[in-house]
Amino acid sequence: MYSDKVIDHFTNPRNVGEIENADGVGEKVSSSCGDRMKVFLKVEDGIIKDIKFQTYGCGAAIASSSMMSEMVVGKTLQEALDLTNDQVADALGGLPAPKLHCSNLAADALHEAIKNYQAAEA
Amino acid sequence: MKRIYMDNNATTAVRPEVMEAMLPFFREHFGNPSSVHWAGRETGAALEAAREKVARLINCDPAEIVFTSCGSEGDNLAIKGVADARRDRGNHIITTEVEHPAVLAACKFLEKQGFEVTYLPVDEQGMLDVDALEAAITDKTILISVMWANNETGTLFPIEQIGAVARKHKICFHTDAVQAIGRVPVDVEKAQLDLLAISGHKIGAPKGVGALYVRKGVRLTPLIHGGHQERNRRAGTHNLPGIVGLGTACEMASADLQNTADRLRRLRDRLEQGLLAAIPESQVNGHPSQRLPNTLNISFNYIEGEAVLLFLDMQGIAASSGSACMSDSFGQSHVIDAMGVDPMMANSAIRFGLGYDNSEADVDQVLEILPGIVKKLRDMSPFYHERGAAKLTANS
Repeated sequence: MYSDKVIDHFTNPRNVGEIENADGVGEKVSSSCGDRMKVFLKVEDGIIKDIKFQTYGCGAAIASSSMMSEMVVGKTLQEALDLTNDQVADALGGLPAPKLHCSNLAADALHEAIKNYQAAEA
Repeated sequence: MKRIYMDNNATTAVRPEVMEAMLPFFREHFGNPSSVHWAGRETGAALEAAREKVARLINCDPAEIVFTSCGSEGDNLAIKGVADARRDRGNHIITTEVEHPAVLAACKFLEKQGFEVTYLPVDEQGMLDVDALEAAITDKTILISVMWANNETGTLFPIEQIGAVARKHKICFHTDAVQAIGRVPVDVEKAQLDLLAISGHKIGAPKGVGALYVRKGVRLTPLIHGGHQERNRRAGTHNLPGIVGLGTACEMASADLQNTADRLRRLRDRLEQGLLAAIPESQVNGHPSQRLPNTLNISFNYIEGEAVLLFLDMQGIAASSGSACMSDSFGQSHVIDAMGVDPMMANSAIRFGLGYDNSEADVDQVLEILPGIVKKLRDMSPFYHERGAAKLTANS
């Protein structure tokens, strides 16, 4: 039921962990299934220099966290803010329908981290 | 990679002896048992021989066996059939919150038709209170439907006690024994049952065949109308190969029930104790002793069950999860939920269902692999890390 890309990211998730003294931390909890993603950012000159995540959830939740982290490292904050959950799912080669609305939260968690970073900077 | 199948509560492989017994009934003995000619006579005899074997396993008269297509059909025929036939006597049905969807959905359907259904709760071990069941009986109660063994946790309900209560109040008593059959002794006389549903594919017969025990004198409206098969209780040409397979599987189960149960219990206990010892903050869901010998439902805190299953699958191990993440539905399994298990624990529940083919080496393979999977997922889980932080703060 999962694409090879999902299985790859689930089996070997990129950027798992935590950044000490992160510039921005954000999280998102799924109201339907309880999946939870926490994102840590290191930002330099408006660019995401490093990103780490911790995720509680199913295979789709873990894979979409990992894929999202790969997609935004080295990107500007604006580019990262433009990333959508659907784009993450597409990059994974799609997700099974029931997962799209519960486990596909990676972009939302990322946006929370960026907003918290921007609020602290302001 | 060795493949290990530990999902025998979902379905089982057809046993070789069952397969062997079925094969002649596809080409050689293909007749319709309802026909008068030689071809029909041959299969007619086989049909009745299979009926006797099924009857022997549950201690009833062969005439009380109705062949069906599956466990869900048996449950639906029992519940809807009795509800319709007894409509003039009352409209109240008693069941439990933890039944198989075949029972729950049949009851929900009847609620729309004007029936009232009491869904009894269970305690934290998944056990039912028989006094509460008796207290729920009203003068409108026409049916009690309580499963023999729970499909997710393996918890065994006190069917004999419930049977005594049902008989005392002269209420029709049905049980879904799909998980119990072949795993624990099932005796419809001792349990004072009126109806009991079983399914072939949980005991080494093929999918697509089952049976419903209907005590002599119990009236029920058929679900499938048509010919006069099964004494007008279930129309449709008999699935002869499947029925012969079910008969053989029941015969094998009767012959070897205690040995198999003892062997599987030893394997299950080895798995259970090994996992509890190797993985902190894990817990067994279900009753500690009143439980199917082959079933282990276990939770590992801070992680999600589907992720565990995927990693197990990659190592060739098939188990299952009641996790909602597998479906469109909200929340976790209705069974674990009804037991009041903490939601995060509930989300990580994994079910192992051991079967005839499993060996000690299979169990040891799981014991070798699973602790590492849990560790990997916990390392990824924010809840696990926060738990560590909370502990540090408390200690400082």
